Amino acid sequence: MSDASHSGETAEHLVAMANDIADYFRPQGREEAIAGIANHIKRYWTVRMRQKLNAYLARGQGGDLDELPRAAVDRLNQQPL
Amino acid sequence: MQSIAEKDLGTPARQSAKMVSLTIDDREVVVPEGTSVMRAAALAGVSIPKLCATDQLEAFGSCRLCLVQITGMKGMPASCTTPVAEGMKVTTESKALADVRRGVMELYISDHPLDCLTCPANGHCELQDMAGVVGLREVRYGYDGANHLKEEKDTSNPYFTFDPSKCIVCSRCVRACDEQQGTLALTIQARGFDSKVSASQDDSFMDSECVSCGACVQACPTATLSENSLIDKGQAEHSVITTCAYCGVGCSFRAEMRGEEVVRMVPNKDGHANHGHSCVKGRFAIGYATHPDRIVKPMIRAKITDPWREVSWEEAIRYAAGELKRIQAKYGRDSIGGITSSRCTNEETYLVQKLVRAGFGNNNVDTCARVCHSPTGYGLKNTIGESAGTQAFDSVMKADVIMVIGANPTDGHPVFASQMKRRLRQGAHLIVADPRRIDLVHTPHIQADYHLALRPGTNVALINSIAHVVVAEGLVKEDYVRERCEWDSFEKWRALVGDPKYSPEAMESVTGVPAAAVRGAARLYATAGNGAIYYGLGVTEHSQGSTMVMGIANLAMATGNLGREGVGVNPLRGQNNVQGSCDMGSFPHEFTAYRHVADDAVRHSFEAAWGVTLRADPGLRIPNMFEAALDGEFKGLYIEGEDIGQSDPNTQHVTAALTSMECIIVQDLFLNETAKFAHVFLPGSTFLEKDGTFINAERRCSRVRRVMKPKNGYADWEITQLLSNAVGFPMNYRHASEIMDEIARLTPTMTNISFDLLDRLGSVQWPCNTAHPEGTPTMHVGTFVRGKGKFLLTEYVPTREKVNARYPLILTTGRILTQYNVGAQTRRTPNTVWHDEDRLEIHPTDAEDRGIKEGDWCGIASRAGESVLRARVTDRVQPGVVYTTFHFPESGANVITTENSDWATNCPEYKVTAVQVTRVSQPSEWQRRFREFTKTQEELVNPDVFVK
Repeated sequence: MSDASHSGETAEHLVAMANDIADYFRPQGREEAIAGIANHIKRYWTVRMRQKLNAYLARGQGGDLDELPRAAVDRLNQQPL
Repeated sequence: MQSIAEKDLGTPARQSAKMVSLTIDDREVVVPEGTSVMRAAALAGVSIPKLCATDQLEAFGSCRLCLVQITGMKGMPASCTTPVAEGMKVTTESKALADVRRGVMELYISDHPLDCLTCPANGHCELQDMAGVVGLREVRYGYDGANHLKEEKDTSNPYFTFDPSKCIVCSRCVRACDEQQGTLALTIQARGFDSKVSASQDDSFMDSECVSCGACVQACPTATLSENSLIDKGQAEHSVITTCAYCGVGCSFRAEMRGEEVVRMVPNKDGHANHGHSCVKGRFAIGYATHPDRIVKPMIRAKITDPWREVSWEEAIRYAAGELKRIQAKYGRDSIGGITSSRCTNEETYLVQKLVRAGFGNNNVDTCARVCHSPTGYGLKNTIGESAGTQAFDSVMKADVIMVIGANPTDGHPVFASQMKRRLRQGAHLIVADPRRIDLVHTPHIQADYHLALRPGTNVALINSIAHVVVAEGLVKEDYVRERCEWDSFEKWRALVGDPKYSPEAMESVTGVPAAAVRGAARLYATAGNGAIYYGLGVTEHSQGSTMVMGIANLAMATGNLGREGVGVNPLRGQNNVQGSCDMGSFPHEFTAYRHVADDAVRHSFEAAWGVTLRADPGLRIPNMFEAALDGEFKGLYIEGEDIGQSDPNTQHVTAALTSMECIIVQDLFLNETAKFAHVFLPGSTFLEKDGTFINAERRCSRVRRVMKPKNGYADWEITQLLSNAVGFPMNYRHASEIMDEIARLTPTMTNISFDLLDRLGSVQWPCNTAHPEGTPTMHVGTFVRGKGKFLLTEYVPTREKVNARYPLILTTGRILTQYNVGAQTRRTPNTVWHDEDRLEIHPTDAEDRGIKEGDWCGIASRAGESVLRARVTDRVQPGVVYTTFHFPESGANVITTENSDWATNCPEYKVTAVQVTRVSQPSEWQRRFREFTKTQEELVNPDVFVK
């Protein structure tokens, strides 16, 4: 029944999720948006998802991650997990 | 036939501040103005004979049996149609009255079969009772004259029989169809002696417009309309009040029983959500409980290619717990989790999340509201402060304009739809925003003022353009906003929606809705008085589902339509316990009452109660579980009452994830689509077999009561408890009420709720605590739960699911009246006579372009997958949009839907999938594999495990 081509939680998927979150917060202005995105990810993402996205970014990948969620991830990384 | 347990007071209650005092047979009685003499008499303990009257229907005055004498009035007025008056003196018994009543009965009985001993209504027939009451001893006219005794029965409906030979033409059935159900399918055809009850244009019930709600059957005073179960089984001898396990209306029923066998389900007149009404599912479709597909023995297997092995409960639980512990030892504490369901009771869902958080030691618990109303929780919590609808259902009776957005109440929430239609027939205005022309748009005596037939995926564009009109045309209730809301948030919102880009004219090309209609609807909603919004999954199941919920709340706040009866924001919850399962802390980031796991004070309260340290970081949502499974990090899953293999989007992705796990434990009634990938099957119990509570769409907590022993041996909460004890986290509840007591202790909005309270009051709406000891019908009165209402910015962001040359149509999905959710229950009832397959609705233009005719097989291809369904060509859908339901697994509706989801909650975007439709001659490749896999899996089950 299953199709073996399916992959798991790709970092691209997490990037898309972060960009979607940013699309919502963007109209609130840069500072509020960054805080909102960071708070949303902190409240709803598992630690493993955040680690996976961080690892992806650390490898120099993640060019598709918009500037706002990137700033939000940076801000989150300054806090304990 | 009415319930065996309810007293009928003859005519409906009247509400009035003015009380009227009168005398009935020398008894003083005081009743509200407008009450009938008949009801006043009943309240005073005086029974006046009656046949055409019932307190579920307005008085009709046709049978002439309830005549009385009133001092100062001429003749013998009918007590049902005569209102009380101050100082009135009523005589209900006299020789003159007795003679008239006996004469009336003589005429009735002269054309009625005298087969009482073999009649299904024997013992509870009102005609039989009245013959006794009036002392009928002979029929002077004889029985040889013209009569209706040879009239043929109509047995076309699978659930009830119409026997016109027993009809006394009292019109109770016709009036029930009109007043209670609002379908107006029945009429009295012809005149005089030829008068007869007729469905539609003298059709059979099955071929008529009848929706089989059963209101006519319940209203019938004789055996003219009788449940087939009553005919087959005989009269019940006791009844138990319980709550329906189907939709989020949460109807109260009396299960009428013979021993441990249900004879029939009769909607409870005292039911606060349904007031004695029901639909075809709740009243009739309970046969699944004893369907031969039901599994009642535990089973285990090491691999999904192995045959299932029937085992004892002890072995099944030991094996399941052992596997969960093995997986955690090998892959880590976060490698397992649990999923609960809106089909479970509150007590069950609470225990599952407790098992996961305390027993598994992580927060990997989620519920099926993830895929339906999770955006409701998010959107309402952040705007008005509480993740729930604001009103009681009865509030709709005070609405002046009703806006229905992305909901199809006549199919999805039929009993509430009947109430809504009652209000609409009284003159309330109606706005429908839906891509499809749902039945409510044009139905007997109802015509929507506006049908905003938007393109799927443009909800936020539409709500912003409605808000634009409100802002631009000065329709904001500014005093309300200044007093009740955060003014700075309002100003930001006003600036956003006031931007010319959101004018209806600018948005017309996006939404497809004519600007004039948007302007008209906005003005109507904002100015017609009490404006009430009702919405469903057409709002939530979008990439901007949460944004749309916020947009609705914003609009209601801006127009002052929150905080009193007749208004509000009302999510129509799909399943019976969506609200409750969310309330119970089933989401991975929240404890009960929507309190985040990172809130130290809240977490500590649970730690103190449960005696363990709990995690402060959120766990996996259902879609994250699939991703983690495919990554090899998530290996074990306990699923109670949910069928993610059928209901979740992108089926092939889901089944790939299921296949990659090492131990899936399914607790359910049937070998559902998920169970075909399981390693442990724990047979579940039906709502008839356990105690507990459900919380419906209006926050109403109602009792579910056990009416028979569980055929599987245990109530579901007991099974969770067994599993918890086996994994090493002790639970020792002796009764479901003890679980509710614990919930109440730990949940500020429910501290007063207990089984005792529910037994006493019938039901209560939370918040139910010290401040609101008997519940809260209307929320946000005076102030919002969060203090000041917060307007949130709702920029329209188009979905990434785009139509193009390859996928030029948009598929949207929904539900139908006679089937329920994944159909596991209703597919195993005679409801399949109405709907035995999912069909693809396609507009005639799109059909013609593709050479597709009614009934043709159509291939539907999306970026996710392909399936094949038969076509239903209809202009109910707009050009460019196709529609289907997902009640049958072989349809593969969710093979087509994608993993796009709401930005905030990951609720899937079921409502927007770009597809192509072509005429085909064979099933899809997926369907061929599905059939093969299903056959193989069914062959792996030992026939001894099924219910006997």
